[in-house]
Amino acid sequence: MSTGGSGLGTPRALPSSGPRALRDMPHPLAPSSSEEGPAELTPSPDLLLPRSFAEKDLSLPNGTPVDTSSPASSSSSLLNRLQLDDDFDGETRDLFVTVDDPKKHICTMETYITYRVTTKTTRAEFDLPEYSVRRRYQDFDWLRNKLEESQPTHLIPPLPEKFVMKGVVDRFSEEFVETRRKALDKFLKRISDHPVLSFNEHFSVFLTAKDLNAYKRQGMALLSKMGESVKYVTGGYKLRSRPLEFAAVGEYLETFALKLGTIDRIAQRIIKEELEYLVELREYGPVYSTWGGLEVELAEPLEGVSACIGNCCTALEELSDDMTEDFLPVLREYILYSESMKNVLKKRDQVQAEYEAKLETIALKKEERPKVPADVEKCQDRVECFNADLKADMERWQNSKRQDFRQLLMGMADKNIQYYEKCLTAWESIIPLLQDKPETK
Amino acid sequence: MMEDCLSKKIEISVSEAEKRTGRNAMNMQETYTAYLIETRAVESQTEGQCSPPDSLWRRYSEFELLRNYLLVNYPHIVVPPLPEKRAEFVWHKLSADNMDPDFVERRRIGLENFLIRVASHPIICQDKIFYSFLTQEGGWKEMVNETGFQLKADSRLKALNATFRVKSPDKRFTDLKHYSDELQSVISHLLRVRARVADRLYGVYKVHGNYGRVFSEWSAIEKEMGDGLQSAGHHMDVYAASIDDILEEEEHYADQLKEYLFYAEALRAVCRKHELMQYDLEMAAQDLTSKKQQCEELATGTVRTFSLKGMTSKLFGQETPEQREGKIKVLEEQIHEGEEQLKSKNTEGREFVESAWADIERFKEQKNRDLKEALINYAVMQISMCKKGIQVWTNAKECFSKM
Repeated sequence: MSTGGSGLGTPRALPSSGPRALRDMPHPLAPSSSEEGPAELTPSPDLLLPRSFAEKDLSLPNGTPVDTSSPASSSSSLLNRLQLDDDFDGETRDLFVTVDDPKKHICTMETYITYRVTTKTTRAEFDLPEYSVRRRYQDFDWLRNKLEESQPTHLIPPLPEKFVMKGVVDRFSEEFVETRRKALDKFLKRISDHPVLSFNEHFSVFLTAKDLNAYKRQGMALLSKMGESVKYVTGGYKLRSRPLEFAAVGEYLETFALKLGTIDRIAQRIIKEELEYLVELREYGPVYSTWGGLEVELAEPLEGVSACIGNCCTALEELSDDMTEDFLPVLREYILYSESMKNVLKKRDQVQAEYEAKLETIALKKEERPKVPADVEKCQDRVECFNADLKADMERWQNSKRQDFRQLLMGMADKNIQYYEKCLTAWESIIPLLQDKPETK
Repeated sequence: MMEDCLSKKIEISVSEAEKRTGRNAMNMQETYTAYLIETRAVESQTEGQCSPPDSLWRRYSEFELLRNYLLVNYPHIVVPPLPEKRAEFVWHKLSADNMDPDFVERRRIGLENFLIRVASHPIICQDKIFYSFLTQEGGWKEMVNETGFQLKADSRLKALNATFRVKSPDKRFTDLKHYSDELQSVISHLLRVRARVADRLYGVYKVHGNYGRVFSEWSAIEKEMGDGLQSAGHHMDVYAASIDDILEEEEHYADQLKEYLFYAEALRAVCRKHELMQYDLEMAAQDLTSKKQQCEELATGTVRTFSLKGMTSKLFGQETPEQREGKIKVLEEQIHEGEEQLKSKNTEGREFVESAWADIERFKEQKNRDLKEALINYAVMQISMCKKGIQVWTNAKECFSKM
């Protein structure tokens, strides 16, 4: 962790999306700070090198390097960072969040589950190296809404579905709570690994505040103002020059979500078929046992087959449990992720639409006022910031998607291999039993 | 004993099945399957000159006739069963149609197995009718019917009577009958569940085939992941397709079990025959006892039990001594006859028990051997299925790892 020494100052300055975010709204990169912004930051040599500059639009007006906000930016680590660029895990982590220990609370009004959220960090923004708080789903939901409001240009990871079909799913069953816990854990981990989102003020409050509700109430008044600035409803407005890459991402997401939906259905169907197979198999094994009871010489072989089928049942049950617990949630997360992504894309389009509308207006008045007014410039900046933020996030998302699916699908293959290996061992072990007795005559 | 078997002298095979149309007894058109039986003397082969086999066609009903004949003529033998007439215990993918090529093929194997089993049996392999079944196409039916075997067949009613009225059944045979009942029920249960297991397994594999398509479609929109997905999809297709062969092979195992399901019935037939003989014996003994009693009554003039005869003699007066003498004489003759009969029935019964038990012991040995082999084959099949599964998933994993 390289947050010590000179590095300390930099991270504070960089993630302007941190504590200052509220004041800087709607976006930390908002043009209001564009004049001082670069002046303030350019002295730091790090800023010119980070990958976002190499790969992305260098003409960012304010130059605030969103993507470099990883606090580990002492110059000595620069080379390392560049080399590790392709490796998602190569980014230095200094914030570790886990969700565990679900507890059921029964009050007169409602019954709910809280989860323990433990934070370990070396970041200077935190007063203590370790925090432990209890949060319920509502709080996660609040956090996500806050993140969406305060970081409109970023892709916010999805939360597990809020609503469950009553009667179909038992919200307090061990399996449901565990699946949700995993999803919430993933949600916080994705945020804490994010170079910008992890510095969000609401996030640190969520992680540290003893009384989150008090903070929530206090925030209500403040935030009601800024929400408006994002609301540009551009009903029916056709963008003149939507960057190709964003259009492509939109199309990609459509197909992606569709395919994941299909995979989800197939996986569920397989689990269902496996469970039905299991039911039959559970009846099948004991029949051999019954038969064994009738026989003398064949008793042992038949018992052996029965036991073997029993072992295969256990293996099959493990397989379908694993698939239910590990495979399906990841698919769901990514289906929701693609929804989040679509939402950000929509917001981006709105910001661009606003800019284009303004451009048109001045085009008409050009004769009167040759100089481009400041507010249009501001608008252009905002579009460009948005594009930069989003592009970086999309790249991150693509990377983690690739990694997650590689892991997920390899895991699926592994689980199946393990299942067959267990069955194989079981069947191989009974062969000697069947051959053992020397044949009479 | 085995050396004298017909199966050592000639090679028997049912090599072909053919669909035919003909007219039945009612002059109605019917379709049936005929099977080509080929026989070849083993000796001619060892001499090096491979003579062409003798061959003839038989249909299923003729096999049935042969078996019925054997059942009646060899009541103390566990006669090998025929393959099923109609497909039973099949999983949904297999057709239950009698003319279905797969079914006909499996029946062909079953019929061949039946002929080989009969030909390998130390006693029934020597039967003349069986030999002509293999070698003489025309006039065989008439020949069977001339043996009048149907007259010797026991009526069902009589058999049923015997079941309920035998006073002192042989424990060995009642145990055996009980065993065959249980065996039949356990094997039919097993076959039923196995068919369902096969159905479900089929489902599990086939649904994986859907991954094949969706991976391939998904791969079209991915850059780095595309190739891996595409080829993994191919492996999922392979996986889904592999189940067809696996289950087809498993059907052979089911057929082996089915043979023993029908053997249970053959075993029961022997037990039934024993019951019947025991019943006959008991009836004869009872008859003899009552005759002896009558004789004694006449001789001593006392009526021990109330009888119609006693009543009439009281009502209509005593018979003359001459009449009585005559009656006693007739009775004594009958008693003598009955004693002889009883003696021969006893001997017959003892012989039956002896030979039947010998065959049952032979059968048990054969059963243990066959079923052990069937179970080994089944385990080997499962092992190969597991290995195939591991292979496919390992290949798929490699594709995923390249994503």
